[in-house]
Amino acid sequence: MKIAIPVDEKSMESTVCQSFGRTPYYLFYDTEGGTSEFRDNSASASQGGAGIRAAQLIVDEKTDALLTPRCGENAAQVLRGAGVKIYKTINNSVRDNIEAFKEGKLNELKKIHPGFHNHRG
Amino acid sequence: MKIAVLSGKGGTGKTLVSVNLAAAAKDSMYVDCDVEEPNGHLFFKPEEVKSRQVAVEIPLVDGDKCTGCRVCVDFCNYNALAWIGGELKIFDEICHSCGGCIVLCPEKALKGKEKVVGQVQRGKSEGVTVFTGMLNPGVASGVPIIKELLKETGGKEQIFIDCPPGSACIVMETVAAADYCILVAEPTLFGVHNLSMVWELVKHMGKPCGVVLNKCLEEENPAEKFCAEKGIEIIGSIPFDSELGLLNSNALIAVRENAKYEKLFRDLLLRVTREVRP
Repeated sequence: MKIAIPVDEKSMESTVCQSFGRTPYYLFYDTEGGTSEFRDNSASASQGGAGIRAAQLIVDEKTDALLTPRCGENAAQVLRGAGVKIYKTINNSVRDNIEAFKEGKLNELKKIHPGFHNHRG
Repeated sequence: MKIAVLSGKGGTGKTLVSVNLAAAAKDSMYVDCDVEEPNGHLFFKPEEVKSRQVAVEIPLVDGDKCTGCRVCVDFCNYNALAWIGGELKIFDEICHSCGGCIVLCPEKALKGKEKVVGQVQRGKSEGVTVFTGMLNPGVASGVPIIKELLKETGGKEQIFIDCPPGSACIVMETVAAADYCILVAEPTLFGVHNLSMVWELVKHMGKPCGVVLNKCLEEENPAEKFCAEKGIEIIGSIPFDSELGLLNSNALIAVRENAKYEKLFRDLLLRVTREVRP
């Protein structure tokens, strides 16, 4: 199973990024092979609609599940449309979340926020 | 002459200045381009109001023609389109209706459909023609409404444009149409920071401008200091007084209620006229 996590740095020791759409990198992790790959998020500097573009990236990578602390409405529409499951991370540690996911301990992300759309204040 | 009334931030007194200048000019036009929260009409209470809807064109996909080439998805700067599960998904509320995707689609699978984004209203208040733009909630950009408003700002000698706050695209649209810009400033550091941004914008666009200091107190005024440093002309000042505040918060036009304020804004109007036509 291929999972994706927004991360602050290109390292397995990195913290989970608090923003799904504007995270600098994604970690793609294969739970069977235990292989990992870091990719730049080309959506991070978007004028608008970063969540949509980021979700497109996740979908194009044929990801099965996304592990994230938060996710906006538009991004969620894209992800769900492509059958990507969204799980809520439990803490900031990439490793902890991968382990929890493997053990089936992560819950699906229920709270989808309406998006910030430049009104972060 | 078209006078744009601007300020870097909201709440400095753009509406106070533009409404009262238009009222002082008597035979004039007031154009409310603050389409996200237009409130000039609350003061003028215009009569014989006629409204008209404003629509933009957004893309509509023909699923049979779309081959999933993603030219549109890659082109869109606002990421309003996504290709998911073999279908093109269009996010209407993200689209800025530039029409680029429709032009670029090699399969001609996209065509335009109308989306109403707001309305413009025109009415009369004594000698003032009151023209108001209103953006519907949830719509991304008020620019199409401002374009519609500015298209019709003819027929009067003196036109006052109440601009949106800030210095983004929507403000640039209104500045572009103006002969002269009045920058309303309040005596706070935050106010000066935003005044500086809007002044940079006006300067960049090559428009002549002057500052009106609002809410003036006896103490030192950071906005005044900023103007002195940058060599910006101060064309008027309005005191921070409770009488004016009370009139304004009761949605009354100070110029029409009190001779003292009529003189203040008539003097400002004369000064502005001299600046525009020396």
